Amino acid sequence: MIRIEAISKKFRKLQALDNISAQFEKGQAISLIGPNGSGKTTLIKCILGMVRPDKGNIYVGGHPVKQEHEYRRMIGYMPQIGRYPDNMRIGQLFSMMKQLRNDKQGGLDETLVEQFGLKKIYDKPMRTLSGGTRQKVSAALAFLFDPAILILDEPTAGLDPLSAEILKARIIEQKKKDKLILITSHILSDLDELTTHVMYMQDGKMVFLKGLDTLQEQTGELKIGKAIARIMKADGDQEDWIKKMFTPSNEQKIY
Amino acid sequence: MMKLTRYVVYDIIRNKVIMAYTLFLLVVSLSLFQVEENQGKAILSLMNIVLIVLPLVSIVFATIHYYNSYEFIELMLSQPLGRTRIIFSEYAGTALSLLMAFLLGVGIPVLIYSPDDSGLSLLFTGCCLTLIFTSLAFLASVKARDKARGIGSVLLLWFYFALIYDGLVLLILFNFSDYPLEKITLLLTALNPVDLGRIFIMLKMDISALMGYTGALYKDFFGSGTGLLFTSSIMVLWIVLPLLWAIRIFNKKDI
Repeated sequence: MIRIEAISKKFRKLQALDNISAQFEKGQAISLIGPNGSGKTTLIKCILGMVRPDKGNIYVGGHPVKQEHEYRRMIGYMPQIGRYPDNMRIGQLFSMMKQLRNDKQGGLDETLVEQFGLKKIYDKPMRTLSGGTRQKVSAALAFLFDPAILILDEPTAGLDPLSAEILKARIIEQKKKDKLILITSHILSDLDELTTHVMYMQDGKMVFLKGLDTLQEQTGELKIGKAIARIMKADGDQEDWIKKMFTPSNEQKIY
Repeated sequence: MMKLTRYVVYDIIRNKVIMAYTLFLLVVSLSLFQVEENQGKAILSLMNIVLIVLPLVSIVFATIHYYNSYEFIELMLSQPLGRTRIIFSEYAGTALSLLMAFLLGVGIPVLIYSPDDSGLSLLFTGCCLTLIFTSLAFLASVKARDKARGIGSVLLLWFYFALIYDGLVLLILFNFSDYPLEKITLLLTALNPVDLGRIFIMLKMDISALMGYTGALYKDFFGSGTGLLFTSSIMVLWIVLPLLWAIRIFNKKDI
């Protein structure tokens, strides 16, 4: 469904993406993992056409990302930091998005709006919302049009445990509906239940893209975090980061 | 296209700055028409305000608005909308709101007190200048990622068109006063929309007789049908070229 052909992107001196090729199919749930600044968000923005790659092509459902924009109808995107017009109220934002997308076929999926209790605060202006509530709005918007592809950038960061569980349950539900789901997260324990494939990135390069079962088989570990740690042990300097990332992610999950 | 523009206009007209701007223009024009016995004199004073204040407010307001809507633009870019459409809707919305403010604040008093040639040419010039300086603002803000830099460059642009340019023209005229410069001054005015507007309005008033030989030449040229055509087409060029340039940059930009 998404085909990435040898894309590279340079921001001034920084090589954000270095010759990345990959193919994602529907029914897959891909976890994008890598340290901060490894190019995960840049890759996502390239798929959305927000960042223009220097080299290479991306096709979403057969449509080239470079020239077209209609393909974005298939995508629901939840950004890392959702930023919205300050003066707009939540309700207005939703009605505006509905008008702009103007989807005639297929109904709206307002389950998350209901589950997060956003209807009660429809008349609150966006600027007064806390970071967590903003995340809820972003998530509800991403799921609203029942898209074939879901791109979620750090979906559970900033959400309270209850809401995070609601969101996770929704993601699993969507996965069962044969959709393509792309998630980045630093909380690896969150990804265990969701993932079918793992894509690991470092310094703008793709280190590997493997099915979870292959990964588990090769490493003998069931948890993604441990499996990655095992693989990275071979490379001395990368191992350090994995340890750091993995330890706090367990402590964070107090609930 | 209209939908997006409508949201932008809706967002701007609730802005206190634009209300204050409308009110300021209204109070100034009404009081000028009340105080001056001679309508021509009132138009002349109004012209000086329009030529200085209008470009300044348009260019600064449009720039700040662009930077403030950056989140909105980001959000729109993840939707199935083309980039040209997004940036053009932003431009149309901003320009429309500023035009409305001008037409309410200056248009109504002028149409009540002095609905003649000079009044109408003042309105025409005002509308053109609003559109031109909004275009320039978009060009500058699309080019500069940094807000402070964007606003700084925009202020410089205003200084250049409102003050520095006249100084340069005077310098040229003074140094080359031995040569016949009439045609060249005509060309030089076309390179600055503020000057072009000033001459266009002044020649519709009686005071143009005071401008001597050059004035006579101007009157000959601008008074004719070709003059009107010339002024309008130069103004249109000043609106369209910076806007097209801005759209080109925006289409290639990484968000």
